[in-house]
Amino acid sequence: MTDTSINNQARAGAGDAGFGDYFALLKPRVMSLVVFTALVGLLAAPVNVHPVIGFASILFIALGGGASGALNMWWDADIDRIMKRTQSRPIPAGKITEGEALAFGAFLSALSVVMLGLAANLVAAAILAFTIFFYVVVYTMWLKRWTPQNIVIGGAAGAFPPMIGWAVATGGISVESVLMFTLIFMWTPPHFWALALFMKSDYHEARVPMLTVTHGRRATRAHILIYTLLLAPIALGTGFTAIGGPVYLVVALVLNGLFLKGAFDIWRRDEAQAEADGYRAEKKLFALSLVYLFGHFGAILAESTLAQFGAQFGLGGW
Amino acid sequence: MAIKVEHELHKRRLGRNVGLGLVLVGFVALVFGLTVVKVERGDLSATPPSAEGGN
Repeated sequence: MTDTSINNQARAGAGDAGFGDYFALLKPRVMSLVVFTALVGLLAAPVNVHPVIGFASILFIALGGGASGALNMWWDADIDRIMKRTQSRPIPAGKITEGEALAFGAFLSALSVVMLGLAANLVAAAILAFTIFFYVVVYTMWLKRWTPQNIVIGGAAGAFPPMIGWAVATGGISVESVLMFTLIFMWTPPHFWALALFMKSDYHEARVPMLTVTHGRRATRAHILIYTLLLAPIALGTGFTAIGGPVYLVVALVLNGLFLKGAFDIWRRDEAQAEADGYRAEKKLFALSLVYLFGHFGAILAESTLAQFGAQFGLGGW
Repeated sequence: MAIKVEHELHKRRLGRNVGLGLVLVGFVALVFGLTVVKVERGDLSATPPSAEGGN
């Protein structure tokens, strides 16, 4: 290889990605949500896990989530090149080739599932494998470009981590872990649609059927309210199970009250009103949705911590 | 023309190799830690603890 060819390759950027480019393939921001919710699922479970096994399990769950992110970027490279928001991702930026992303994602998927099976148990590994399959095949390859309900069904992939964390501790599935799944599942649509209302995205150019494009903004506003109404009883009902308690219930009451009010405000508005104030209510609901999710899982964690360390004072749970 | 060692490309490669090295060392440490914990707890034993005549 001559110096000239190396220079040309360096300018093109392909084939010699840095460590950070591979890390970016794992969608680190999504991974942080996966780590947090999986950790809550693990700690809220009624079985204590050895810290080393718990740490390794969370790491492999995060790795599995990251691997599915890499596979998503491999499959979606064509639309990532079109949309401004995703043009700087490693594949459209020309730093990593599609083949490299596929190999990287497939290898890490297999590694994470096998290692979680060895570190924790087969049930946790099976749910992780199903999560990767669901996100990559069901959501990315099938639903995303086919139906405007893609966010709803695809949200299930993001909802599995607390179930996996719970399965690491207990070796199974229970009402509590299913409720944690349902909480994220029902939260995802209003969270994303609030974002879709104020982000003038180029999904249309990429031919991705988003609800705002296919059914209009009026229908999206109605959908947000419907999902928020369905979410509230699930969030409050979780408070009466083993992972709930007075702290959780107070947090859930406040956050669901605020979330419902925000969704109602959005539903009442039309586009003219929204544009007049720069989509203030929509942006507010999106920010609140983040607090909502972290608040609920933080409260579940608080109940579990109180039950662990404050049991002699009658704290934690019911 | 000789290849210049200080080219930006080499810095990127060095960063990637050091990063991968650290990840591998971390992975080995993690597997070692898991093995120690599992052996101590008897998770890797072929015979379940209850079948060994103990308590």
